This record gives sequence, structure tokens and C-alpha cells, in this order.
Amino acid sequence: MLEQAQAEKIFDKVKKLSSVSEVEVIFSSTNHALTRFANNTIHQNVSEVNEVASIRVAFDGKTARATTNRFDDASLKRAVQSAEGIARVQEPDSDLLPMASAEEGKGAETPSRWFDQTAAITPAERAEGVGKIVAVAKKNKLVTAGIFSSSQSAEAIVNSNGLSVYHSQTSAEVSITMLAESSSGWQKANAPDVKDVDPVRLAEIAAQKARDSSGPRELPPGKYTVVLEPAAVLDLVGFMFWDFGGLAILDQRSFLNNRIGTKLFGENITIMDDVFHPLQSNAPFDGEGVRRRRVNLVEKGVVRNLTYARGTAEKMRKSEYKDKVGAIQPTGHGFPLPNEMGEAPTNIVFITPGGEQTVDQMIAGTERGILITRLWYIREVDPYEKILTGMTRDGTFLVESGKVKHGLLNFRFNQSLIEMLNNVEAMGKAVRASGEEAFDMVVPAMKIRGFNFTEVTRF
Amino acid sequence: MSMKQIADWALNTVTQRGAGYADVRIVDHSQRALATKNGKVGHAGSTETLGIGVRVLVNDAWGFASTDDLSREAVDKTAAQALEIAKASASVKEQPVRLAPEPAVKIDWSNPYKIDPFTTSIEQNFDLLTRIDAELLAVRGVTLAESSMHLGRYEQWFYNTDGSDIHQTRVTTGAGFSALVFQGTEIMKRSYPNSFGGQHQNKGYELIDELRLLENARRIGEEAVALHKAERCPEGKMDLILDSSQLGLQIHESIGHPIELDRVLGYEANFAGTSFLTLDKLRKLRYGSDLVNVVADATEQHGPGLGTFAYDDEGVQAQCTPIITNGLFTGYISSRETAHTIGENRSNGTMRAEGWNRIPLVRMTNISILPGEKPLTFEQLVAGTDDGIYMQTNRSWSIDDKRYNFQFGCEIGWEIKGGKLGRMFKNPSYSGITTEFWNSMDAICSRDQWTLWGTPNCGKGQPMQTMGTGHGASPARFRGVKIGTAYKGN
Repeated sequence: MLEQAQAEKIFDKVKKLSSVSEVEVIFSSTNHALTRFANNTIHQNVSEVNEVASIRVAFDGKTARATTNRFDDASLKRAVQSAEGIARVQEPDSDLLPMASAEEGKGAETPSRWFDQTAAITPAERAEGVGKIVAVAKKNKLVTAGIFSSSQSAEAIVNSNGLSVYHSQTSAEVSITMLAESSSGWQKANAPDVKDVDPVRLAEIAAQKARDSSGPRELPPGKYTVVLEPAAVLDLVGFMFWDFGGLAILDQRSFLNNRIGTKLFGENITIMDDVFHPLQSNAPFDGEGVRRRRVNLVEKGVVRNLTYARGTAEKMRKSEYKDKVGAIQPTGHGFPLPNEMGEAPTNIVFITPGGEQTVDQMIAGTERGILITRLWYIREVDPYEKILTGMTRDGTFLVESGKVKHGLLNFRFNQSLIEMLNNVEAMGKAVRASGEEAFDMVVPAMKIRGFNFTEVTRF
Repeated sequence: MSMKQIADWALNTVTQRGAGYADVRIVDHSQRALATKNGKVGHAGSTETLGIGVRVLVNDAWGFASTDDLSREAVDKTAAQALEIAKASASVKEQPVRLAPEPAVKIDWSNPYKIDPFTTSIEQNFDLLTRIDAELLAVRGVTLAESSMHLGRYEQWFYNTDGSDIHQTRVTTGAGFSALVFQGTEIMKRSYPNSFGGQHQNKGYELIDELRLLENARRIGEEAVALHKAERCPEGKMDLILDSSQLGLQIHESIGHPIELDRVLGYEANFAGTSFLTLDKLRKLRYGSDLVNVVADATEQHGPGLGTFAYDDEGVQAQCTPIITNGLFTGYISSRETAHTIGENRSNGTMRAEGWNRIPLVRMTNISILPGEKPLTFEQLVAGTDDGIYMQTNRSWSIDDKRYNFQFGCEIGWEIKGGKLGRMFKNPSYSGITTEFWNSMDAICSRDQWTLWGTPNCGKGQPMQTMGTGHGASPARFRGVKIGTAYKGN
């Protein structure tokens, strides 16, 4: 893994190669391995080692970036010249700020996210884990597919204004699908410490879901009470957080246009962005190296604050919206410059209001409803009402009289997120969850009334 | 040091240590990505990545390792790592890997292009994008104008233990723009020539002129504004005409993905899903009406699609495979490993990797619907439609994990009454079941209306790989389609 001192040394070389006043380099270093299985067999098994330097230059209100994975002098020089060439022909942008200072890179530390036992995982150990998953499948007369991955990564940002920040971490992930003749079940977990990921437990749950949903029956589409497991919640709500950036408001592409400060969701919805949370992951700084801050995004249903890159905060302060958007300050959520998107919160933590229920308790309290394990192929239908469409998948069940009755054919939904977050009747304890459509979050299971299913598919 | 010498280090290492088969890909990929927003620079960058990937078969199981370091020491280490990984794979195995035979080949190929896009100046690129933005913003009401351009050169050296030596270079160009209008409680969008980045092809910079971007900007801006005054698209069963770009995406999702043989065999069950096209359906399923003829064609003759190449990423020559023939399902897209499962003794050449650090997977090449044989213009197609909706340009897309139930939203719709286009509709959407939908197709425009669209962002695999695919299509008509589901209940 790239060390901070190495990054600084390469930065010094890049700085010397450049003819302009400001230079920034984002380094990323990856050692990633993934063992993939299907039909109870490891069928794909890969590893990657890669180090990348992404060089940004800035001068006279112009900026551009060139990225390379070659660190020899000639390649770095070519990248510097490329960035300078792209910047040189631009019209000056009076909104472009000087690069972040060393001070802006300082602040709170996250808990350590590096675990030697995760970094040390071998191909044989991943295969052994997969072997245990396959054993669970065979015990249940099922077929399994999934992944067991492990990685080490490091990120460093160094700039000519004295900023130098560094983060390294490990990650382990297991995702399991269990397939029966007419049904399937799924579970997934991801954590910096491999000890927090239990392949056998995940396999047992996925297998039970596959067994319990066999012979699925058809229920007509309509509005139903649903119990969404955490992965289903995160894959849905993940679609709204790209709108919680200041630039999205300035661009008028956010569903929060004219809605900040209003009670948009139910009283029981409170959402933070908090990279320092013990169940969170990732680096404590943004794409400019600015230290992240905790941001209170939604409080008791009211949208309170947005996230800001440095440049967006400056623009917002001068804008017509400045008195309507809550606190305006760089929050450490900017993407690497230059970019069109500005910033977004990506370390979401739901703060539950107390009275948490387990999924079993939610089911027990449901007269008639649908239990959903996972959602799939979610896309935005309406950007302002935040209507999303998508499918249920890998474990959809009818709940009647407080009990799971049987599996159901999968549904298509068309559901407004705003409406959904006004209809939350119960929540579980917020847990670290992992899906496929959105980034990992700390999010609870939810029981929601009036969830809008519009069609049923054939399986 | 030549690429062949570097590859030989890896191949020698793995064959000496017992690999039954191995291949090596060295990839050098350069890109230029530029974007403007409201006339200012949005994104401005170049990227280059170089590395080597080593794929080995040991004890009938796969291993793959990759590195950005092309030194002798790193390549040897990576090759040894691939072996270790393959041995681990062999410990959890129910079926051995069986590779269809493939002759060794030596070839040097590049896609044809007129203007090397990297010889164009960045000034020239930005000038066009900012002029497009200015045209869009000249339309009163447009609140956000965005334009983008992507230029790429993908150079790959492939070697395997069978003796193949394949050097290929693909030059790609893409561009597009969009106008957003926020008014009241709605955000409306129009894009050109397609949504999500425009049109992309294996072409040089000549594509930019062909797209007539500037000439269409004003109209697109005006349509985005006009959508706010349009009525919402009605709900019900109606006849539907799709423009060729939307039909291209319909092909991608409801034909291209389900015909991937690896999906059918369960390789993607955990992530991208499986397929309703189980093996028993080959040459038996009535996929569409008699007018539906679809091919998977990676050959140069098909056109400059993002799925055009000379050889795939396991050394199999590009081919044209009939997928749907007069409505009958006739073919999957396959690999050397999967071909035998459908009784074939050769792969049809669709294995493609995103880069040096990814393994090749069965991927769409150019999955295209053939145009109608009888002359039929778009105007004639509309004139022959009494009551229906015409939809243009994708806005949202979703399909279940076996590729049965789909729902698409488009940016704009138009009423068809008495053979004429009438009122504009906002928020049009349609949904259905794949085979029912394709069986309802009763007209498709002829060759002069056919466009080979590029989808640059098709995701598949774990770790995720993004791939460019091609989809040729002409406007076509479908009878009795379910319209307007997306807003039902909302």
C-alpha cells in the first residue's frame, strides 16, 4: 500500500514538473481480490493491484485534471502537461477558489478502519469461506451464487497549498444468493473487519429465505403495508442523497428546490451524514482534502442542511437561496475538481426515534402486508416527486395476521420517496447495511404503509 | 521491451508451473472527458491507464491476477498470484471448465476512422460545447444546460498459450447535451442525440459533425420548456411507436441481457440476475412477431458500433449470430467456456473485459434489430397509425432480474390521431412482459431510418465492469402496449 510519505515524495516530483502556480495530486492505491461463485463452484476468482495519481493544476481561474497509473518521470510529465493543456484553453472562472489549505485538511479522526486480519486474507481462505457457504447450500438442497471479496486501499491528497491528508483501510464483503427451483434468498454484508462478516450465518439466512419463499403465489398489484429489510431501505433512499448538495440547489436539479426548512418527511425521520460513526466506512476527507464534518440533514422530518464543497459554499452565500438553505459552510463532501455534481453526503446514518422494533416484531404487528428482502434495478421516474421504480427480488413474502405466510411473485413498484418517508410506521435499530443500488449506510428496517406496487412479474 | 516479451514472462511462468491454458492481455487506455454546464467548464480531464492481466486455467479452474506494474518482477509475481488463485478455485468445484477449441491467430487491427479525435484541440472541443450551452440557454426557461464529449483510444495486446498474438486498437468518440427546466413542482429534461451522454461510436471526430449537435440545440431547449405546458401522458392500452434510440435500449434490456449465456447458466445469479431464456427455449420460443429479426454482430460490416472488434478478449474472431429469426429465438451469445452447453463446438466470440484489471465476460456486442425490408419512413409509419403514442429518448429504465417485466420512461411523447402527430405529452412511460411486447411489433421502418446507437455504460460482473455496446434500430410500432404505469397511484 502507498504510504503518505511516498505520496508526498511523488507529489514533490509532480510539482517540479509543473509550470503553474497550484498543483494537487489525489493518490489512490488498491489491492483488491474477489472470489466469485455460482452453481456451487468458484467460477471467477480475481485480484488487482493498481496505484493511480490524479493530477490537478490550477492557475488564472482555470483548472483541469489528468490521471495516470504510471509513475515514471515521463508519464508524470505527460500527465502534468495534459492537465495544463486542458486548463490553458479555458475561459477563466471567477468562482474557482485557491486549493484547500493545510488547516482545512485537519479535524476529527475516524476510528481505525484498517484490520490486519482483513488485509492478510489469502485466496485459499476466501475459497474456504466459499466452501462453507456451498456446504450450507448443499445441506438445504439449494444452489448458491455470490462473492467473497477482500481489499486494502489507501487514498492520499497532497497539494501545493501545504495540505497533505491520508487514509487507509481494509474491507471484506460477502454476498450470497441461494437458489431453489422456484424461489431464492439473499444476504450481503460488508465491513472493514472481516470478523464482522459471517459467511455461514448469512448463508443460513439466505437459505431459509429461499426455502420459505418456494412456490410463490401471485398477489394483485396495489398499495400494501410493507416491511423493508435494511438493504431494501438503503437501495431506495440512496437515490435522494445526490440532491442533498448545495450545487444541486443552485442548478435547480434537486427535489429539495423550495423545500429546505419545510417538513417534507414524517416526524420520525432524522438523518445525519457522519463519517465518524463506528459503523461507517471511508476516508474522513473529501475530494479536495477538506476534513468532513457531521451534517444534520433531516431533523424530525424537516430538511435542515445541505452538504457543501468549498466552492459551492461560496456560490451559495452569494445566491438568491442563501437565506433559505440552512447553514452554509464547506462540510467536506466535495467531489474531486473539476466536476459537474459538486458534492453529496455519502456517509448516511439514520437516527431512529426510539421504540425500535425487530423485523420479527414488525411482522407480528402486521395484519396484512409484504416482507421485502431486497430491491432491484431501481431508477428515478420523476426527479421532483422522487418517484422511483424497481422490482422486488430474492425473498418477497406475504404477511398475514402477524405471520409470514408464503412467498410471492415479485412486484414492480412506482413509489414516491417523499410519500414513503411520511408513511413509516415502525423502524428497527440502524445497522450497517449493504445493497447493490446505493452506497453502504447505517439504516434501519422500516415498516411502511401504502407502498405502491403497480405490476407483478412471472416469477 | 516489447509487449510480447512482457506477456511471455507471464505465460512462461504459468506454463512452467502447470497451467493448462493461459492468456495475457496488456491494455493501454487513454481517454479525454470534457463537459460544460451553463457555458462553464464542468469536467475537464484526461486519463491513461496501462496494465497487464493474466488469466490461467489450473486443475480445470480459473484464476486471474492483474497489475499496473510491467516490470519483470511484478509480472512474474502476478502470474504466480493467478496460479495460486486458480488452485484455490479448484478447491470448490462441481464442474470442470471445458474450453471450446480455437485456432491460434496473429493479427493487427484498428477500427476505421477519418479524424483521430486526439488530434483535435481541446479548445475546439470546448468551443463546441460552450456554443451548444449558449444555444440551449438562449431559450427562455432553460435552467440548466449541460454538454459533454468523450474521446477514447483502447489499445490491447492479447497472447495465449495456444499461440495467438492479437493487437487491436479501438478509437471511440461520443458527445451529447441536455436541457433541464425547473418550474413550479416539476423538472423536465430533453437530451440530444440520446440521453445519458448522447451518441457514442467506434469512430473518429467525424462523428461530432455527423451528429449536428449545434443545429439541434435550440429545438431541444424549446421542447424542454414546452413540456411544462404539456398534458401528462394518458394511461391505458395503446399503440406505441418508439424512436430508434429508445428501441435500442429496449433491445439492450429485453434481448441483449437475456441472451447472455453466462446469465442463463447462473453465473450472474447473485448480481445481474439470471434469464427467462432457459436452454429449452432455443429454437422453440416465439420471441417476437415475424418482423423481429435480431443479430449479435461484432463484425466491421455491421457498422462502427461500440460492440465492433476483430477478435474478442479470449481470441475468438468477431461473428454475426442470428439471435431472433423471423420472430423465433435462434441464438445466445457465448464464450469458449459456455459454448458446449448449447451443443456448439465454438464460441461465437463475445467475451469482453473493461480493461487490463478485469476478466472477460460474455458481453453484448452489437445487438441490433434489422430494419424492415420494405421501404417505410417514419412519416409513413405514423400515417398508418390511427390512434397511439410516439415516445422519444429514454428517461428511466428498469427490468426484473430474469428480464421479463420491464418499464421504461421517456423524455417526451406525442399523441398520434388519424395518422398524424398531435399534442405533446409529458412523463410518458410504458411497461410490459418481454415476449408479449416483441410479439406485438407490427411495423418497423426501413434501412434509411436505422441508427447504430452506442450504450457506453452497460454494467455487469463482480467487480463491476462497464462496457460499451451497440444497438441498431429503426423506429417501430407495437400494438396494445400498457402505457402510463409509472405514474399510476402517484
